[in-house]
Amino acid sequence: MAEGGIDIRPVDQFIVKPLFGGDVVNWYTPTNVTLWMALTVLAATALMVYGARGRAVIPSRAQSMAELSYSFIYKMVEDVAGRDAIRFFPYIMTIFLFVLFANLLGLIPFAFTTTSHIAVTAVLALTVFISVTALGFVLHGAKFLKLFWVDSAPLPLRPILAVIELLSYFVRPVSHSIRLAGALMAGHAVAKVFAGFAAALGAAFFIPVLAVTALYALELLVAVIQAYVFTILSCIYLKDALHPAH
Amino acid sequence: MEGDLAAMGAYIGAGLACIGIGGAGIGVGNVAGNYLAGALRNPSAAPGQTAFLFIGIAFAEALGIFAFLVALLLMFAV
Amino acid sequence: MEEPDVTAPGMPQLDFSTYPNQIFWLVVSIVVLYLILSRTALPRIAAVLADRRGTITNDIAAAEDAKAKAAEAEEAHKQALADARAETNRIIEAARQEIQAELDAQMAEAEAEIAARAAESEARIRAIRDSARDMVAEVARDTTREVLHLFDVKADARSVTAAVNARLKAEGGAQ
Repeated sequence: MAEGGIDIRPVDQFIVKPLFGGDVVNWYTPTNVTLWMALTVLAATALMVYGARGRAVIPSRAQSMAELSYSFIYKMVEDVAGRDAIRFFPYIMTIFLFVLFANLLGLIPFAFTTTSHIAVTAVLALTVFISVTALGFVLHGAKFLKLFWVDSAPLPLRPILAVIELLSYFVRPVSHSIRLAGALMAGHAVAKVFAGFAAALGAAFFIPVLAVTALYALELLVAVIQAYVFTILSCIYLKDALHPAH
Repeated sequence: MEGDLAAMGAYIGAGLACIGIGGAGIGVGNVAGNYLAGALRNPSAAPGQTAFLFIGIAFAEALGIFAFLVALLLMFAV
Repeated sequence: MEEPDVTAPGMPQLDFSTYPNQIFWLVVSIVVLYLILSRTALPRIAAVLADRRGTITNDIAAAEDAKAKAAEAEEAHKQALADARAETNRIIEAARQEIQAELDAQMAEAEAEIAARAAESEARIRAIRDSARDMVAEVARDTTREVLHLFDVKADARSVTAAVNARLKAEGGAQ
């Protein structure tokens, strides 16, 4: 089993490599992260700018897709975070498109999935967390802390609840980022493992290939749902900052 | 071979951690099943609650992903 | 079983030496995407959507207008129809009343004539009846007198007349 057996390395696909040779990854080195993030930005731009270039009253297919995603996120921000959250709509839209296209592009075989890296999702989640917290204090001052002081609970319970609320508040960016990175990492690693089985099984290769095909459909769903969930959770956190009194 | 005892422990631990994924499966099924039951009882209110369906599924699924993550950490990082 | 050691240190996600690189490029791409979206794409799509909403609103307003006009025309048509009907009814009513009045007048005239003739006839009948009764009384008296004369019964004229009159009266009362 050790030699010539199954040699599957499911996590090799996540390695950050410099694009133009060499081993040293400095902060400015163009790596595969750079390449796939650039492609993500390009794809989002292609949809939102090039796709909607016609400005037609009766939209083309690409234009209606762009408009659909626009009104989908617009409505989400409006419904979940309230009307006064509309001024943050461009940022929410940026997050959604970036995560969505990074997830979808990562499904291309041999692609590098930028959103499967905790560093990336953690920065996205921390940006939301820090800006939302700062926004809450700027808008409401000390009253923002009432978010942790549950008025509807009996008085002796309130300090305990406050501790729990505070804890869950600080766990938010952790679960927010690990959910996205974990879901994608899990899917890609499992797909790699199954693909490795196909290579090792020889004649019976079609069984894992079928499994990978089914898994791929699931991963497509997961990619879209995780982008949706990441965005809607950002909207919920934003709502807490705008209207802290539950 | 004697030096592989730690690796063996790590692999066994990784396998055990995967049990947690089953819990996530139960959780997701619970959320989706209850949503469907509620939607069948009051179909007109269902479309407004799909957002909560996905949020609930995401929360339940996240815990399964944490379990998977522990397994991966044991496999590759310990 | 030394796979984990062959490829770098374990999970690439936990390789902290690549973090600055990833974060740097992430921030760059997010900023670029944000600028593209907020400067170009989103205002453009918002304009297109507003434009479409405007077009739809205008079209709906135009349709509403046409509908109102149609309703107005229908209303006018109905009004004309109702007017015509009322006029017809009025004319019919007037004609009917005229005819009725004429008819009433003629009926009254005819009735008056009939009543006059009936009265005249009645008067004549009464006269005939009266004269007939007188003649009957006279005949009865003469006959009685002749019969009494034949039997050689002396009876004065007065009692004969009284008896005949009484008998005639009884007959008349019985009639």
